[in-house]
Amino acid sequence: MLAKTLRSTALKLGAACALMAGLVPGVANAWEPTKAVTFIIPAGTGGGADQMARFIQGVIQKNNLMDKPVVVINKGGGAGAEGFIEMKASKADPHKIIITLSNLFTTPLGTGAPFNWKDMKPVSMLALDQFVLWTNAEKNYPDAKAYVDAVKAAPDRQFKMGGTGSKQEDQIITAAIEKQLDGKHFTYVPYDGGGKVAVQLVGGHVDSSVNNPIEAVAQWRGKQLKPLCIFDSKRSTYTDKVTDDMAWSDIPTCMESGLPVEYQMLRGIFTTSGATDEQVQFYVDLFKKVRETEDWKEFMKKGAFNQTTMSGPEFEKWLTAAEAKHKELMQGAGFLAASQ
Amino acid sequence: MEDFSSLMGGFAVAISGYNILLMVVGILLGVIIGVLPGLGGANGVAILLPLTFGMDPTSAIIMLTSIYWGALFGGAITSILFNIPGEPWSVATTFDGHPMAQKGKADEALVGAFTSSFVGAIFAVVLITFLAPVIAKFALRFGPAEFFAVQFLTFASFLGMGRGSAMKTLASMCLGFALASVGLDGVTGTLRLTFGYDELLNGFKFLVAVIGLFGIGEILSSMEEGLAFRGAAAKLKMDAVIRTWRQLPRMAVTFLRSCIVGSWMGITPGGATPASFMGYGLAKRFSRNGRNFGKGELEGVVAPETAAHAAGTAAMLPMLTLGIPGSPTAAVLLGGLLIWGLQPGPLLFVEQKEFVWGLIASMYMGNVVGLVIVLTCVPLFAAILRVPFSIIAPAIVVVCAIGAYTVNNSMFDVWMMLVFGVMGYLFTKLGYPLPPLVLALVLGDQAESSFRQAMLTSQGDVTVFWHNWLSGGIMTLGVILALWPLVSMLLGKKEGDDKVTTTA
Amino acid sequence: MSDITEPTPEERDEPALVSMRTADIVVACLFLVASAIVISDSIRLGFHWKPNEGPAPGYFPFYIAVAMAIASAINLARAVISKSEADETLTTRTGVFRMSAIFVPAVIYVLATSYIGIYVASAIYIAAFMYFFGKFAIWKALAVALTISFVSFMMFEVWFLVPLPKGPVEAAFGF
Repeated sequence: MLAKTLRSTALKLGAACALMAGLVPGVANAWEPTKAVTFIIPAGTGGGADQMARFIQGVIQKNNLMDKPVVVINKGGGAGAEGFIEMKASKADPHKIIITLSNLFTTPLGTGAPFNWKDMKPVSMLALDQFVLWTNAEKNYPDAKAYVDAVKAAPDRQFKMGGTGSKQEDQIITAAIEKQLDGKHFTYVPYDGGGKVAVQLVGGHVDSSVNNPIEAVAQWRGKQLKPLCIFDSKRSTYTDKVTDDMAWSDIPTCMESGLPVEYQMLRGIFTTSGATDEQVQFYVDLFKKVRETEDWKEFMKKGAFNQTTMSGPEFEKWLTAAEAKHKELMQGAGFLAASQ
Repeated sequence: MEDFSSLMGGFAVAISGYNILLMVVGILLGVIIGVLPGLGGANGVAILLPLTFGMDPTSAIIMLTSIYWGALFGGAITSILFNIPGEPWSVATTFDGHPMAQKGKADEALVGAFTSSFVGAIFAVVLITFLAPVIAKFALRFGPAEFFAVQFLTFASFLGMGRGSAMKTLASMCLGFALASVGLDGVTGTLRLTFGYDELLNGFKFLVAVIGLFGIGEILSSMEEGLAFRGAAAKLKMDAVIRTWRQLPRMAVTFLRSCIVGSWMGITPGGATPASFMGYGLAKRFSRNGRNFGKGELEGVVAPETAAHAAGTAAMLPMLTLGIPGSPTAAVLLGGLLIWGLQPGPLLFVEQKEFVWGLIASMYMGNVVGLVIVLTCVPLFAAILRVPFSIIAPAIVVVCAIGAYTVNNSMFDVWMMLVFGVMGYLFTKLGYPLPPLVLALVLGDQAESSFRQAMLTSQGDVTVFWHNWLSGGIMTLGVILALWPLVSMLLGKKEGDDKVTTTA
Repeated sequence: MSDITEPTPEERDEPALVSMRTADIVVACLFLVASAIVISDSIRLGFHWKPNEGPAPGYFPFYIAVAMAIASAINLARAVISKSEADETLTTRTGVFRMSAIFVPAVIYVLATSYIGIYVASAIYIAAFMYFFGKFAIWKALAVALTISFVSFMMFEVWFLVPLPKGPVEAAFGF
């Protein structure tokens, strides 16, 4: 406690000195949280977003990146609508940040819940989460093409695709794959968590899944699941061996395998819409520091994340494009809420 | 016996002064967390998780699992003393635990609850120790049809249990299902019964309903009868532990039944809450004392507590071997494992031997330490009842309000808690049984999604539930149990004191 | 300690404010209203089998609500024709008064929480209850109430970092 106080006093002194020396103009205006920062997760406990948010909380605390504590709360009701609506409602409170997943786009489009990403202020993109087409290792499909051919050859809807939630990323990818199936379809079976989907696939209750890498890596290493292709434009950059003979980079892209589908999920941070530029800048810097830690790099590697990051206008442009893409995909699949 | 030597190695790790200290701290924290409905076990573990990043993984997991054990023990305390379940899995403990407290036997109920928690947990740990690989494979056989079969069995074991009118039981259960369906439908992603109100997006959370129905409802009844809790004048005797333990051996069958039910539900993973209901329901049906259940029978405390704790412990197995958490708390622990660089899954037992066996050894240790701690505190807990009612009553309302608020961080839930409180009071008076409502609320949407998932995979063929011996067997068992009152009636064993007969 | 938990003879003879029969009828009607609400929304959502999607979202609630409506109708009919229930007492004037003693302040307490935060509201609620109904000395009531509020504040806000509703007083201390 004492050490911490001393430390922060020293920092303040340092900042004051720097200011007097006129070396760092603008430090005097730099905003810092004056109370605990609430970190909202628009999903339940245990999922990918939850893991990442709690991990970030740990990194911030362990490395003393902020004087005030971070309080993590889950507000996953209504496919995350609850969390986003809370952000929209507390626009005057800059002590709130939220981690987003694809439900940022899919929930308002699919349920008609009254919010849009523009009701919040984008801070930065932390990473993009990958999706991989998995099958049961015992079925031993040599590649994605062989699996797709098998689906095409079978009666309509005989093959079952397991996924997380309904009208969300997993089902959107499934719908996109179906366009390449010459009119054949999957039976999409929604479960309430990615971990459960992977286990159902191992148990043979579904035929394939589009789990995120981190959700299925254990079963891959245990030789129970087999990755067929990754839904990215390029192969993964992680070349360390995950199993005896394969690394993430050895998984071909779906494009290479003749399945032109591409999809990644945003893992980004937003704050409330009333936040000033200084306040947004504080969070941008904070997450920059988080990304520079060794723990974070290790976490990225374990989950084979695509480490693209951006903030500011570039990020907003990306968001606008992503929203349009989701609308198009969901419209094509008939997932839009009736009111839209 | 390679496993056995690994286990001994694990004990060597777990029994260091530092780790035992962590256990004690963890269990005390866990008890506090379990007592206050506002601090769920999942929450407590999540908050303390970052603090453990500096420790080595084995010590960290020992501390965190100790919190988990503590919370499991602690949930029973408020259920027995004030009829407020601190955790969802202690709802069934209120059915007989609170009547016991009203009769002045709070200390016996507490000792009974703690002891049976311990027995359930140890049973499950032994199972994990020796049968882990076999059991892990078994859990893989559970698809949607099998899950629905298990949920159906839970309902079946509870059907026809209430003493009241069959129609009121049915109405009560349907209301539970209806409340459970408010919010987002997980299968199609459509909003149901929200009528455009943002507050309803979340649906009605089980804990809010339970705090209102039981906690506030009980306060209202107590107030109506005079400004006092019945049983407040109970004398405290220091021999509670011996007195209670003497009664336990004749409940051996109930213990065994609940251990098996609980372990089964933990592994599949059905969870501790349904396990406790099923344990209670089966004990009521098959025990010789079953007829007195609900009036303050020690066996009615033993049955759900044993099952809940066996399930809570057994839930660690699918978490470690399959990476699927059996409870929200396990989900947060799972996150912790990932951060320490341990990947749960089929290889964990091979690659991280020392960690896994250290953890299993700590499960034995943690429960022993926990039992000693909570038993020592029984007189302290029971003494809470001697605090004047005019302090306890508003304090309970405050605790309930905090508990309801923290479920979703919303004031709307606190208002709902008050509404549920009035409902709880009226229903109890008018003979609408609460347990079916609560059970439907907690299992309703799970059962509905399993049913619909199964229907999807079979393309609408109902025979899917009998497509293999596993789900078929469980379903058949469920049907037999559901029709049990009819069966026993045909056998001429009609209960004498059951005055209400359905004439409609 | 005299047994205040048992109703006094006068209480036993007190006329019923609400009879069991009335209450039963009202509750059964409320059940019917609830069923109607659920059924109407289920019809909007559709309760048929949809190809490839399985049962529509309204399927399950619809049949549940129908069962609830049938059961409640029977309960209602029974309550209406029942003679014995008319004589049974649900609650008396004294009973309602006692329940209001905790419930009405509880409603005010919840309302106040939104404005002055849960800790201040709790302190006032507990102190007032102890003073008016428990006949405690005012300083005792205040001491107990403030201690409870303070301990819960430390527990939730400081140690476990669970944010609860806070008002101007907490803000003045920088929370």
